[in-house]
Amino acid sequence: MKIAIASGKGGTGKSTVAANLACTLALSREVALVDCDVEEPNLHLFFPDSAEDVPVTTLVPEIDPALCTLCGECGKFCRFGALSVLKDRVLLFPELCHSCGGCSLVCPQGAIREVPRTIGRVACSCPLSRLTLVSGVLNEGEVMAPTVIRAAKMLAEGHPLILYDASPGIACPVIETLEGVDACILVTESTPFGLHDLRLAAEVVESTGIPAGVVINRSDGRDEETLDFCRERGLPILMTIPFSREIAAIQNRGGLICRDLPGWEERFADLFEAVVKIAGVNP
Amino acid sequence: MIVGITARAAGTDAPVEQRFGRAPYFVFVDTETGKAESIENPLVDAAGGVGPRAVQMFSEHGATVVITGQVGGNAARALGMGGIKAYAYRGSGSVADALAEYTAGNLQLLPL
Amino acid sequence: MIRLAIVSGKGGTGKTMVAAALADISGVPQVLADCDVDAANLELLFEPRRLTTEEFRGLEVARIDPEQCRGCGICADHCRFGAIVCRDDVWEVDPLHCEGCAVCTYVCPMGAISMEQRVCGEIYTSVTDRGNLAHARLFPGSGNSGLLVTEVRKRATSLADGADLLLADGPPGIGCPLIATISGVDAVLIVTEPGVSALHDLERLVTVCRRFDVQIFVAINRFDLAEDICKRIEDYCEKEGIVVAGKIPFDSAVVDAVRNGRPVTRSDSPATDALRALRDTLFAELGLI
Repeated sequence: MKIAIASGKGGTGKSTVAANLACTLALSREVALVDCDVEEPNLHLFFPDSAEDVPVTTLVPEIDPALCTLCGECGKFCRFGALSVLKDRVLLFPELCHSCGGCSLVCPQGAIREVPRTIGRVACSCPLSRLTLVSGVLNEGEVMAPTVIRAAKMLAEGHPLILYDASPGIACPVIETLEGVDACILVTESTPFGLHDLRLAAEVVESTGIPAGVVINRSDGRDEETLDFCRERGLPILMTIPFSREIAAIQNRGGLICRDLPGWEERFADLFEAVVKIAGVNP
Repeated sequence: MIVGITARAAGTDAPVEQRFGRAPYFVFVDTETGKAESIENPLVDAAGGVGPRAVQMFSEHGATVVITGQVGGNAARALGMGGIKAYAYRGSGSVADALAEYTAGNLQLLPL
Repeated sequence: MIRLAIVSGKGGTGKTMVAAALADISGVPQVLADCDVDAANLELLFEPRRLTTEEFRGLEVARIDPEQCRGCGICADHCRFGAIVCRDDVWEVDPLHCEGCAVCTYVCPMGAISMEQRVCGEIYTSVTDRGNLAHARLFPGSGNSGLLVTEVRKRATSLADGADLLLADGPPGIGCPLIATISGVDAVLIVTEPGVSALHDLERLVTVCRRFDVQIFVAINRFDLAEDICKRIEDYCEKEGIVVAGKIPFDSAVVDAVRNGRPVTRSDSPATDALRALRDTLFAELGLI
């Protein structure tokens, strides 16, 4: 079973929910936790352990100067500006390359071949006996987040139970993360911002047809508007985490409330049961 | 020598455009003959990577000097590697005005 | 005009809260740009009156003309993004996966594929009682928020007549929307909070900002939640020569203000005092006051 944890905006506590859920589940079963927030991965901070790195590469063009006639076709074809044909050379901007292979297709001289280039890595560790943590890390200045997400997901493939911590927002990385999941947990806060962004995230998940439910984080007990919205959209409330300085302080330290506060392990176990129910699959 | 100038419209009377890769027009002036050629920039609404692609167009037109407002990092690298010098024109005048300022030596070289 | 972007490595550090507060109390003629187009929240705080709405056609995606397609599937073989799928014997482009590379248009033997610009959001200009506002909305699942940010910046500049300050609320992360936000600005204010990942996120963000010719400032939000981590952030900033322009305490007034959709600075509180001090330090450094 595959579960994604997503939110329309950052900082709603998405990673915290993912980490607590994974930690709770690992008490009783094998679980893989995949950090798909590759621009700012931070799940490893909850589970410090030595990790094994696997580089993530994409293919970029390499031009054979002996064959290149500087005709300019590759530069004209590339929609991403990754090649600029000047009077005496072809200048390559590998970080702009989307690895579509178009330049090598259009080159009339066959002067372009594709070679791998590292854009990030996937870090794998086993911080708890039943927990495998797979973190995708995009290198600074790189733009191809979906490629790193795909690689991280691939590495976790085969585990019976996988949790994906999505990146915030509603753009392509989130779509990539949601690919192939059975259920989605949307984490929100009961503020006007939270609701505004939950609405966007719900739209994305709806468009994929994945069953979803909502976790309200930092609730001050006045969640009427969020509850109304969820009722309207048929989104079940899976869990409510209250706003408290105690919880905030534990989380800021990198602690997990399922470990450090009594009662929360049970609540995260209940959260999992609730997700299984909406997914309608056998975990 | 060919000087390429980013412009908002065609011709040497058009106002200079501050953006480099997304300028609506490029005006190429041959300083020997005074002849000007205006090209509509197909990259105005392109999704990305416009800097290097624009530099390729300047290179194809034989420009060795560019007059514009500002250039991004990738465009700067391509201009530098291509041996094309870029000068900043921050005024609100026309292509002809910018060219006159350049000829008078009043424009500042952009670091590439 | 000074162009200042408020950014944060990760979301939820209080970036928009700080941006809204600075906009509220800036006291100088200004124009606002909400560059956090994935989750544009400034309009929720300043009750803008909409001036213009434009379609945002960012991304080009491929389209297969079913009349001309012979169903050979060569396009799908060449598509590296799995964006061309066959449904009921009809080949189609899945716009969510199409990167817009145009390889399919090149390989199609029938010339049946063309590139089309897709509407993937809306761009707005508005008036608020704290200055003009340029903002936008990205339709869910649409990529390329970086270009949309560029468009928002452009609108903001066109609305900036007479303004001394362009204040941009940036996106989280360090990807292309951030690059689009900070390229060409004079200064960035990084809003961080003393969490376990704070230093790690801050270092990544500073690395990216250093590539641009911008002055970097840091504001530490909820600094008193973990004073030890806060100290480490301050040590890091000192080592890097970055001015910590302000420290904002954990304050329930902030929670209330956010809940009520108001800038926190509309009422007096410890957070408001800290934000006023932040404004004074920052604006003095920038030569605005």
